[in-house]
Amino acid sequence: MVDESTRKTLSNIALLKTKAGPRDKELWVQRLKEEYQSLIKYVQNNKDADNDWFRLESNKEGTKWFGKCWFIQDLLKYEFDVEFDIPVTYPTTAPEIALPELDGKTAKMYRGGKICLSDHFKPLWARNVPKFGIGHAMALGLGPWLAVEIPDLISKGVISYKEKTESGK
Amino acid sequence: MSTVEELEAIVAKLESKLSALTQKNVPRGKIQQMSSEVVDSNPYSRLMALKRMGIVNNYERIRDYTVAVVGVGGVGSVTAEMLTRCGIGRLILFDYDKVELANMNRLFFQPHQSGLSKVEAAAETLRNINPDVDILTFNYNITTVENFDNFTNVLNTSSITNGPVDLVLSCVDNFEARFAINTACNEFNLTWFESGVSENAVSGHIQFIVPGETACFACAPPLIVASNIDEKTLKRDGVCAASLPTTMGIVAGFLVQNTLKYLLQFGQVTHYLGYSALTDFFPTMGLKPNPNCEDSHCRLRQKEFVAKPKTEMAVEAKEEEKPIHEDNEWGISLVNESVEEKEQVNVSEGVQLAYTLPSQSSIAECEEATVSDDVSLDELMAQMKSI
Repeated sequence: MVDESTRKTLSNIALLKTKAGPRDKELWVQRLKEEYQSLIKYVQNNKDADNDWFRLESNKEGTKWFGKCWFIQDLLKYEFDVEFDIPVTYPTTAPEIALPELDGKTAKMYRGGKICLSDHFKPLWARNVPKFGIGHAMALGLGPWLAVEIPDLISKGVISYKEKTESGK
Repeated sequence: MSTVEELEAIVAKLESKLSALTQKNVPRGKIQQMSSEVVDSNPYSRLMALKRMGIVNNYERIRDYTVAVVGVGGVGSVTAEMLTRCGIGRLILFDYDKVELANMNRLFFQPHQSGLSKVEAAAETLRNINPDVDILTFNYNITTVENFDNFTNVLNTSSITNGPVDLVLSCVDNFEARFAINTACNEFNLTWFESGVSENAVSGHIQFIVPGETACFACAPPLIVASNIDEKTLKRDGVCAASLPTTMGIVAGFLVQNTLKYLLQFGQVTHYLGYSALTDFFPTMGLKPNPNCEDSHCRLRQKEFVAKPKTEMAVEAKEEEKPIHEDNEWGISLVNESVEEKEQVNVSEGVQLAYTLPSQSSIAECEEATVSDDVSLDELMAQMKSI
């Protein structure tokens, strides 16, 4: 559903051009560059807007991604590891984002800690192939999921704040 | 203290229990030739009776066939069991999941198998049921780059004669895996069945896909069987998916029934069969491929199919309902893109497209990531790390 807030989120993230997946050798490198450029800009924008909420990096081939995302409530920062594979059918199908440490702690997850996406995510993604990339999957998939699930998990006492050394990020 | 007689009685009881247990675990030996002899000890007598009754011409040919079952969950495990009991030649199982107690509302797996990989647990049970079936297992996720090539390689070389498998059955529970199977089958020209049960557990479907001849999974958005539930009353709070052993068993039954019809050449193979549990409604239809399908291999198979001389078939000339809005050359859209996008497209009575695809993106106002060639990927990766 492209409502106003989604529209605003999306206007922050550069669209991609190259329709290529990890099986498409050269074109995939081109796509990866676009992914990185779009992500770098998105993260930079988030930082500038004081709304920094994730970091990602990938293996050399760009097929495995990992990093951290965080959620702030009552001035406390809750941080989680994020990981996902780029499926062979990318970008026609979106990556399945996982938060492995929350596996088994919420019903809104599939095996391995893959987050349960809303009914709207897949149609929206399908309509925007190949323009949507990893940044969009994070903003439209993981972002809203964290906003709903984390406060709920905190209030249920399933997750609690852990003191972390400031990484200076 | 117990008397000697009492102890002897206990020993006798335990011995009989032990012998019952050990006897249970002796599987029968392999049977070289399927016999149609009607005796209590012949596991194939009722199947071979299909020949005598004129339903199937040559039932024992089932032993020549190899079927790959991708996804050994609620539908796949029952599918595998049915094929095993039918005496299929070779069964190839793919799954990367483990058996959990949360699976016990479905058929096949047992509580003591919790923690085992689904393919290993299934193979053990199936070999016990019918040692004549050759079972191969692959415990990995087919959608990832590191496994996909092995997956396609197995599909292409693992039949009984080391050729491509005779049929692929998709029993997976997610869009990504279906798409991966579709990609593989279009690329290597493999015939397959797609199957599925809705996340609310009250509808399901099977779809027969012959690359180039019938619609592939990428030809149109996924089809959904109308469940006749008002979406607003459908609560999704706190859960991802519901499931019922009934719906899954029914879909597995449809799937294997059509598999048998396809392999042993009897009856008609259904192109699409849906099931709406709340109304006991079973929509069925033919599905033509989309000439503008996004999958280039699908389009290639379509060309090959058109070029192929048609064999005369004694089939009734029946008007097939074509999916509407298959292509949209002029990008005409009636949807107010910023409001409600769930346009209901009826493909056939009781069957709709999950969503519609505009030919132009509804989000056009943001800039594109433009890549200047003077930046290397390594530089970008380093830049990302340093933020």
